[in-house]
Amino acid sequence: MARETLNILIGGEAGQGLVTVGELLARCLVRSGRHLQVTQGYMSRIRGGHNTFVLRTSVHEVPAPAEGFDLVVALDPATARIHEPELKPEGLIVVDEAWGLTGGNLWAVPYKTLASGRYMNTASLGVIGALIGLGTPVLLAALEKAFGKKHPDQAAENANTLEKAYAWTRENRSDGFHLAPAQPGPTRLILNGNDAISLGAMAAGVRFCAFYPMTPATTIALNLADRAAKLGLVVEQAEDEIAAVNMAVGAAYTGLPSLVSTSGGGFALMVEGISLAAMLETPLVAAVIQRPGPATGLPTRTAQADLEYVLFSGHGEFPRAIFAPGTIDQCFHRTVQAFHLAEDSQGPVFILSDQFLSDSLRDTAPFDLASVTAVNPADRHRAALEAMGSADPSAPYQRYALTPSGISPRLLPGLSEHLVVSDSDEHTEDGHLTEDLDVARKMVEKRLKKADLIRSRIVPPDFWGDDPADLLLVGWGSTLGAMIEAGQSLRDRGRRVGVLHFSQVWPLAPEQFLVRLESAGRVVAVEGNATGQLANLIRRETGFRIDAVVLRYDGLPLTPEFILRGLEE
Amino acid sequence: MVDIKEYGQFETAWCPGCGNHQIIQAVKRALAEEGLRPRQVLMVSGIGQAAKSPHYLRANVFNGLHGRALPAATGARLANPGLKVLIESGDGCSYGEGGNHFLAGIRRNIDVTYIVHDNQIYGLTKGQASPTTEFGFVTKAQPQGVFNTPFNPVAAAVGLRCGFVARGFSGDVDHLAGLIRAGMAHRGFALIDVLQPCVSFNKVNTFAWYKKRVQPLGPEYDPADWAVALQTAHEWGDRIPLGVIYRDETRVPLEDRIPALASGSLIGRPVNQTVLAEIMREYE
Repeated sequence: MARETLNILIGGEAGQGLVTVGELLARCLVRSGRHLQVTQGYMSRIRGGHNTFVLRTSVHEVPAPAEGFDLVVALDPATARIHEPELKPEGLIVVDEAWGLTGGNLWAVPYKTLASGRYMNTASLGVIGALIGLGTPVLLAALEKAFGKKHPDQAAENANTLEKAYAWTRENRSDGFHLAPAQPGPTRLILNGNDAISLGAMAAGVRFCAFYPMTPATTIALNLADRAAKLGLVVEQAEDEIAAVNMAVGAAYTGLPSLVSTSGGGFALMVEGISLAAMLETPLVAAVIQRPGPATGLPTRTAQADLEYVLFSGHGEFPRAIFAPGTIDQCFHRTVQAFHLAEDSQGPVFILSDQFLSDSLRDTAPFDLASVTAVNPADRHRAALEAMGSADPSAPYQRYALTPSGISPRLLPGLSEHLVVSDSDEHTEDGHLTEDLDVARKMVEKRLKKADLIRSRIVPPDFWGDDPADLLLVGWGSTLGAMIEAGQSLRDRGRRVGVLHFSQVWPLAPEQFLVRLESAGRVVAVEGNATGQLANLIRRETGFRIDAVVLRYDGLPLTPEFILRGLEE
Repeated sequence: MVDIKEYGQFETAWCPGCGNHQIIQAVKRALAEEGLRPRQVLMVSGIGQAAKSPHYLRANVFNGLHGRALPAATGARLANPGLKVLIESGDGCSYGEGGNHFLAGIRRNIDVTYIVHDNQIYGLTKGQASPTTEFGFVTKAQPQGVFNTPFNPVAAAVGLRCGFVARGFSGDVDHLAGLIRAGMAHRGFALIDVLQPCVSFNKVNTFAWYKKRVQPLGPEYDPADWAVALQTAHEWGDRIPLGVIYRDETRVPLEDRIPALASGSLIGRPVNQTVLAEIMREYE
């Protein structure tokens, strides 16, 4: 019988190419009309160790990763051993005949007779493709797209190997893992959270990105660097995160929409620069892709433990906004919003994601690029200049003019006769440093006044499920899918369940969600940290106390099963 | 030439007799003599007494964080290569807190003129040792004397083959203004380490102490000779050489290497929707 859903783990050592096989397979599945969600697990090393690439694929949308595997494709013997306990009863572990492993669920493939050394991964792709019932055309097309241009000399051998492995598998195994047929619909994109943040930044008009390499944030800068020449942007690898953030503030002051991307430890180094952006009232978008801490923590695993850190980052008091996307689509759109909010509020805005979402390839509808407006500080400059009319350029330009909204018209340096003066010291309206304490008080109030604008644009939390709910799951960021799937599973058993998901975690507007908390029977916070940071924040902001929590802090993403087990406890 | 009056005259927070007064005079003179108008100039600084300099002349100003003037100036240059960017900060800000950026900035070869007010002491925090304080110098923070050997910024910059390395003295404004002009004319990273007395906290390296030792390099000196430059950079005793110590005009500034900047500043450029759509299609 054909399967509607399959959970496939490809495992091996770092450097064996499992990500290549996984990505090719992902592309084939999406091209043939299936949906998927990828969870990547890898160790902090270049070679060896044990890495995994899990594809959960279905003819329906796939909201979350799941536990229990239908297929384990082992590229090394350790994978077979490590994941045997996670195999579903009717599952299959595909191994290399050469390892001499035997067992009930093991199926040995004579890779040596199917492929020569460097084509082993192509053979695996052929084996998996045949097992799950993908046609050879879609597999060959994916191979051609991936390697055709880069290695034309290997094209024929790649195709031969794939067909040979495919045919062998069809002859020797006809049972049970075929996916139900699907009709390819309109074109889908296949991309991960960091890809979507990068695309969002590009669409929003990013022109400058400075970074210091740090997993799992690096790919954002790499995506931008790859397109910098053709799209017209500057990407600079800095000597450290301190330099990165100060470069970005310098570029933003001068007139380029700017982005920094980092993770916890690197963000810690950036924090004084965040405060600088706030003081200079300079737009800055910071993408913080979380991994477990403290300190170096688990460099390649996932966590949601830096909400409070980002919320309180930077000395002194200033307004900010923090977005926490839960889907690929939200990664794109919240990033666009972050650039606009940074530009409009003239200050720092954060995108808080995590390793799980950053690496999780998923199929999604193409973004409506035509509906996205890019920020353009030069337009603002021109408008501000026009509003100043024939102001005498020898009189100091009031970069920090006190206004009812707290937002001062921003000119850019060098583009007019007016001089733009900005100082990290407390300053007068014309930007020069001051120790006039009356001015200091007014400037504090001016900066905080900008919170009104930020508050006027809060993205309300999304609600899914039954209203009122007997059980309400509350979470933020990447846990959205797991909460919905856990919730659906309980609804299928007759429970009234709701999910409240925050894709913006600061500021909070109680009027948008407090009634849902109060009207629910039982409220449970679901978070990837050990202390319930969102639950604590909600209590601080609303007085509503969420007593029950399902928390995960072992470096792995929340799954529906984990949540269900947690609810039973 | 631009009238130096365009750069204004301001009351300062500096001690009477501080070398800063002469240095800012030299900066203003160099800017005016180079024919630059205030709107074309961006002065970047960190924190410290020297870092207040940008407030005492008319120009665009980015007075950022302690030690971080150079990265901010780098971002500003990459954002608008049409701006003439000068950095003014002290020895603590530039070589201590900002030491990593100093090394990276020279390697990056961003086109900025970095004027370091080097008085061999932390002035604003009242007299602790700086990276350039001499060995054995006694302060309240180093009561047994400084244990660290002093950092030689000029030798370090020459060692890194920085394209323009000069040493000036606040007591010779004409000479210093000439160095700053030459530094601004150089395309790429230009370091001008300026010796200056701190009348409040450095009672050793006084105006008289410097005056006795500093000697401008003569016309026979060839700053293109790296080995000689390295040797000259290490001269520090009865004679302290002043002038352009090393110069290499062949190094290409970072700005020239970035494809996106080939057609000038990116400020105000609309997003190319065709290219953006192509990039999205790469994910199909």
